[in-house]
Amino acid sequence: MGLGRAAKESISNAVNFLPDRCNYPGSKAQVTNRIHTEYIKAGHVIELENVGYSYGGGELLSDVSVQLIPGSFHFLTGPSGSGKSTLLKLCYGALTPTTGRVRAFEADMRDLDRDQMAMLRRRIGVVHQDCRFLDHLPLADNIALPLTVSGPDASQEGSDLKELMQWVGLSERAHALPPELSGGERQRAALARAVIMSPDVILADEPTGNVDWEMSQRLLQLLVELNRMGKTILIASHDLALIRAAKSQVPVRVLRISDRRLQLAGADL
Amino acid sequence: MSRGSIRTLMLGDAQAARVVPPSGFTAQLTLFVSGAMAFLAVFALALSLSAGRLADRWAEELARSATLRINAPADQRAAQTAAALKILTQTPGIAHARALTAEQQTALLTPWFGADLDLDDLPVPQLIEVIEADPGYDAAGLRLRLAAEVPGAVLDDHTRWRRPLVEAAQSLRRLGWFAIALIGGATAAMITLAANAALSANAQVIEVLRLIGARDRYIAQAFVRRFTLRALIGATVGVAFGLGGVMALPEASQEGGFLTGLGFQGLSWLLPLLIPLLGALVAFVATWSAAHRTLKELT
Repeated sequence: MGLGRAAKESISNAVNFLPDRCNYPGSKAQVTNRIHTEYIKAGHVIELENVGYSYGGGELLSDVSVQLIPGSFHFLTGPSGSGKSTLLKLCYGALTPTTGRVRAFEADMRDLDRDQMAMLRRRIGVVHQDCRFLDHLPLADNIALPLTVSGPDASQEGSDLKELMQWVGLSERAHALPPELSGGERQRAALARAVIMSPDVILADEPTGNVDWEMSQRLLQLLVELNRMGKTILIASHDLALIRAAKSQVPVRVLRISDRRLQLAGADL
Repeated sequence: MSRGSIRTLMLGDAQAARVVPPSGFTAQLTLFVSGAMAFLAVFALALSLSAGRLADRWAEELARSATLRINAPADQRAAQTAAALKILTQTPGIAHARALTAEQQTALLTPWFGADLDLDDLPVPQLIEVIEADPGYDAAGLRLRLAAEVPGAVLDDHTRWRRPLVEAAQSLRRLGWFAIALIGGATAAMITLAANAALSANAQVIEVLRLIGARDRYIAQAFVRRFTLRALIGATVGVAFGLGGVMALPEASQEGGFLTGLGFQGLSWLLPLLIPLLGALVAFVATWSAAHRTLKELT
């Protein structure tokens, strides 16, 4: 399975970051763990510091602090309406915190102008719960959209698209319109679109919410592989089986939103 | 707006244009409004230019001539006429002065009194036509001298009735330009409404584009290019129909007066060709500002 030139560069960057990769024998997971350790010295991908968010007079999140280390794999759990999607939106700047601050790649999001925010979002791949495609464009164009909007330089990496669609098993559906896709196909397409720019971090909001068990395992496998390539992953999900399946493959940190606050989940998960 | 982005807009970014779905009624609305407004602008321009020509002609022709009337008893008329002509020839700024013959005066009155008019039956004053040189004469000084030496002479330099005519023609010209400005404003307002409708209808598309890292300029460009091209096409069709309409008007004639002179002359036929470009410019500015206003409201 390949990810194309952009993704390959990212993997290469991640591995090259190690002082001497020859000294890191072992499984991919072990290498990833060491990458985490080294990246910690370089700072956080996304950092929320005492973040609060209120909407319509009610407080949804209060005093939330979390740091996403490069190459880490986090799950965000909590009951429906607890603020999981809100927290993800805060992470990619779709919402502005009422209190506290959000930093992404060492930059305080409050200090970014609109162009800078757009550039920052190119480094964050987002898989929305409802996927959100442009229904008038064929699937291939939808997946390539981040390349398209990034200009001709990024679009030259067009050969990535074919490999990527093959990777998510959608090669045969390249010309289909989004409304013609099944739930699983939409989720896989959303994931493909999220990673086509080879972002540093992938945020996924209930990525397996509308698919069966088999498909959810397949999607998880894609995310695990991305994590092994050095991508930082944050998945909002209340699917405990999915979390357990992930924990069996990569080091996973589980966060739980409870009573508007973020807590580290217990070992029962 | 940089030269680069204007070039991108003119040359086109097919990908940027494709991310916005083909819109329905806003496309037809923009085409129709641009066409109709361009059609009206052609007539407003024709009106303004014709009124301008008329004002210039009246001002020029009437400003160069004056009339001297000799209201004197019959036995003194010839002497006073000779004295007046002598004064006129001595006055600086007068190129030529001549007393009208009885036949010429009769010809002037014929339209009102008929062909069998006998001037001896009417107390008609002797008329002297005065043609002004460049620079002109001092009318006030001439009046004073005539009053002293030719008591029956009255100088009429046409100012009294020339000024309102010229002012009317100039007002008509201003009205034409004002109409063009109004047409431009109405076009901008309608295209802004259409652009806002298109932006609202595509709010979800814009949201998706923002979330995947599209910059405001990229998103705005997709809408601006579409509306600018529609306005250009619509206005071109409107101007073609407008020019056809102007060409169908009767040609200028002495008998027809002002109305038959409505239209373009010489190089002024090229002026309507600027209307589609101006229409496109108006659409460009209107859509660009509407898009940026809308995008700024999004996170």
